[in-house]
Amino acid sequence: MPRFLKEFFDRNGLGIGSLMLGLVLFWTIGLIILPQLSMLDFSFRPNLPPPEIGGPKDVYTMENYRYLVFGPEGGSQSYNAVDLKVFYRTLIAAIFVTIFNLILCYPIAYYLAQTKGNHIRIFALMLIIPYWINEILRAFALRIIFGETGVLNNLLVAAGIFDTPFDFVRNDIALYAGLGYAYILLMIFPIYNVIESLDRNQIEAARDMGASWPMIHRRVVIPYAKPGISSGCTMVFMLSAGALAAPQILGGPSSLWFTQLIYQQFNDNSDWPQGAAYAVVLLVTCILLVLALMRVFKVNMGDIGK
Amino acid sequence: MSAGVGVDLENLWIRFGDFVAVRDANVNINGGDFFSFLGPSGCGKTTILRAVSGFLDPSDGRVLIGGNDMKGIGPNKRPTALIFQNLALFPLMKVWENITFSMEIKGASAKERRKRADELLDMIALPGQGDKLPSELSGGQRQRVAIARALCAEPDVLLLDEPLSALDLKLRQHMRTELREIQKRVGITFIYITHDQGEALTMSDNIAVMRAGVIDQIGNGKAIYNDPATAFAASFVGENNVFRGKVKRMMGSEALIETNRSGDLVARISSANQGRLKEGDAAMMFIRPEAFALAPDGASGDHFVTARVNHEEFEGNTFNIFMEGEGGKELKVAIPNLGQSFEDHTGQSITLEYEAQNAVVVPAGELAAE
Repeated sequence: MPRFLKEFFDRNGLGIGSLMLGLVLFWTIGLIILPQLSMLDFSFRPNLPPPEIGGPKDVYTMENYRYLVFGPEGGSQSYNAVDLKVFYRTLIAAIFVTIFNLILCYPIAYYLAQTKGNHIRIFALMLIIPYWINEILRAFALRIIFGETGVLNNLLVAAGIFDTPFDFVRNDIALYAGLGYAYILLMIFPIYNVIESLDRNQIEAARDMGASWPMIHRRVVIPYAKPGISSGCTMVFMLSAGALAAPQILGGPSSLWFTQLIYQQFNDNSDWPQGAAYAVVLLVTCILLVLALMRVFKVNMGDIGK
Repeated sequence: MSAGVGVDLENLWIRFGDFVAVRDANVNINGGDFFSFLGPSGCGKTTILRAVSGFLDPSDGRVLIGGNDMKGIGPNKRPTALIFQNLALFPLMKVWENITFSMEIKGASAKERRKRADELLDMIALPGQGDKLPSELSGGQRQRVAIARALCAEPDVLLLDEPLSALDLKLRQHMRTELREIQKRVGITFIYITHDQGEALTMSDNIAVMRAGVIDQIGNGKAIYNDPATAFAASFVGENNVFRGKVKRMMGSEALIETNRSGDLVARISSANQGRLKEGDAAMMFIRPEAFALAPDGASGDHFVTARVNHEEFEGNTFNIFMEGEGGKELKVAIPNLGQSFEDHTGQSITLEYEAQNAVVVPAGELAAE
């Protein structure tokens, strides 16, 4: 038995230890790894009616992946331009949402972490309580704000800033705002956690030596907060790229999110293998992108857990 | 020694709400001095340091550095460098980057900074350690890096907030000497905060003794130790035996004190209280353990104290006798060990003598907590 397992059982006893270990293994293997493997398996199979499953036509194939890149066989275009464009746009938009969230959340997290007093607890509550409302309702609330006859347009037109209502939905502003807002806490809290442990004396020492505030952030706070920043960015990016409700409700008619394509394959086309292949491509691409960026910014996997 | 830049505190008050952290402090620190603020924790000494460095605005009064009022000048614009109690080295920067951070701010090239870092590393006797991280150094080495980082900014005044308190005893004593050496070499003004009277006495040109926001006495080490101005200063700096009583008769620079327990005793009036202490005033008389000598049995008079011995101990350089004292506090006597024979007096009543000039009397006041 490896040493960490032995220590684990020594500390918790055999009964409780086995129970805890069993539950964790059930969670990771039973609820995450096995279903994902089954999706992976689906993605390499043809879409067959139930009687033919397991029959002679049920063989492994790359067809579903080929479809994403080249489109239907014998189609008019040499590439599946529509789906690829959606895929590419989704990733770019998720990156954009992540950067936007980081710029918005870093000052909030810094302020929360470095200020003392009871009002901080109230601020934190004000950030948390809106999340008691479910995601769909929050998205519709944003629709009310951003809609063509919505609150924001009424105000802007009444104030004379716009002559005619601006279509926030068609221009994707509502979507970005919705996605940004949906994951704001996942960006704030990891950064907050790290900055809270930053010794205030370090900021004062830098200040004492003549550093300006931008310099203090660049050289002292941000390097220290890097694990929190990477953790927050990873979560926000992954979840934005995989979001469904916000694009569905707040997206303009012409802007599909890649998850909506996946949803259509599963639900409207009843083509699970095709949907699974799209989902696998999205997942793998996101993971590779995150790993590549971690390399660029010299972040260790262990830091993400902080 | 170079002239250095002086620091003056003029009628300085610092309040936090209703709490007065510093009460009407007036201090003139000469340029190039090693000046210590000595006092127990919570006495306001760190608050003064923060006011000098600019992290805190005085509620009233002025802070002057080199004669210039520092009002409205932020910590990043003052000619001071602060060494924090926990050093506050930047953990993610290498040692050389830490040291030259102030140059980086001014936009110096990496090459210049590296060169300066190497010079400073030589000065603090850590040559070739520039590429390490602070976490790879020992406590004493980190201490020296913090000093080098502060000196790299070429401040006129270096402020030190109990920087030795985290070190073990041996290293602390070593660093005392080293700090003093560095101060002499660079010739700038050092303002040092400590609760350790040994540190203050060994390193400082001048010391301010602080109690509960008030500066009780300013003077050099000898003056503070030999000629305390208040009961607090007498009891906080070094070991001291207190005799409570009142002034019975003034005798020029000396006074006869009617003590509560040990009869009438003679003592020198501390210079700060000459002409201020009057007959009938409540007074406290202090005699250091080493100022006593054993007297022949039966001797009596105004410089003899008789009491029962509770217990004795041998400390190597001294024989310590603990006798019944006032209010449950023991009277401590230290007889130097010069190789003489020394009999055990436990349980006996013995008589001690002292010279009037070694006993000092001040107005009755608050004593330092044990």
